[in-house]
Amino acid sequence: MSIDPVLHSVEVKAPPARAFELFTAHMGAWWPKGKTLAPNPHADIVIEPRPGGRWFERDAEGNEIQWGRVLAWEPPGRVLLGWQLNAQWRYDPDFLTELELSFAALAGGGTRVTLEHRNLERYGADAEEYAGKLRGGWPTFAGHFARYSDSQD
Amino acid sequence: MTYVVGALESLGALGDPTRRAIFERLAAQPSAVVDLARGLPVSRPAVSQHLKVLKEAGLVREISQGTRRIYSLDPRGIAAMRRWLDSHWASALDAFRRFADQQHEQELDK
Repeated sequence: MSIDPVLHSVEVKAPPARAFELFTAHMGAWWPKGKTLAPNPHADIVIEPRPGGRWFERDAEGNEIQWGRVLAWEPPGRVLLGWQLNAQWRYDPDFLTELELSFAALAGGGTRVTLEHRNLERYGADAEEYAGKLRGGWPTFAGHFARYSDSQD
Repeated sequence: MTYVVGALESLGALGDPTRRAIFERLAAQPSAVVDLARGLPVSRPAVSQHLKVLKEAGLVREISQGTRRIYSLDPRGIAAMRRWLDSHWASALDAFRRFADQQHEQELDK
């Protein structure tokens, strides 16, 4: 069984090369506040610009928490990231779902940014190893996640 | 909040190795109890009992085909995670659009 990927797109006014740069090099500036793993607000969110580069958040004191890694780095059109946060919202090097971003030029000079998050069935298939940890209490991100879900209702 | 709790409870049901094996077999192919029991070192009633737990966790569903009952994965269980990610990425992309357009306007004004 597969689960449909999550698919969204937005149009921005900047051309693809600039949109790609703003998305990847300034993620800490635009990422919604409080939607990160650490209890402290993020100071930055970094995508190291190369295949195999790390994707991580960093707080004001320099503590880093990894989210995943770069699988393909193809500016200005595409970047493929591994989202490696498991069902317990912890980084797991053995768990990976793919997040693909594409940046397509629009006739008026802007860019259509399309996001696809796929392999979500792995949250079911890889569940056994997390099951024992579930009794250990709520991880921080789940708390944010809960507040976030509530605020969407 | 409901989605999160639902998702984590679903995953907890997969903690048992036999249930996980059943889940994985059903992921590969919808099956009847008799077919599942054939490849597993447990009795048919035990398979039925595991299926009941998986059904209650929202991971597996049952369809009647004539006199046979066929089990398959229920997309709704894992879909709790998907629903959160869907909502998260919609919100994140919207935040990106606002930021990118603001930056672009500032760059044009220079």
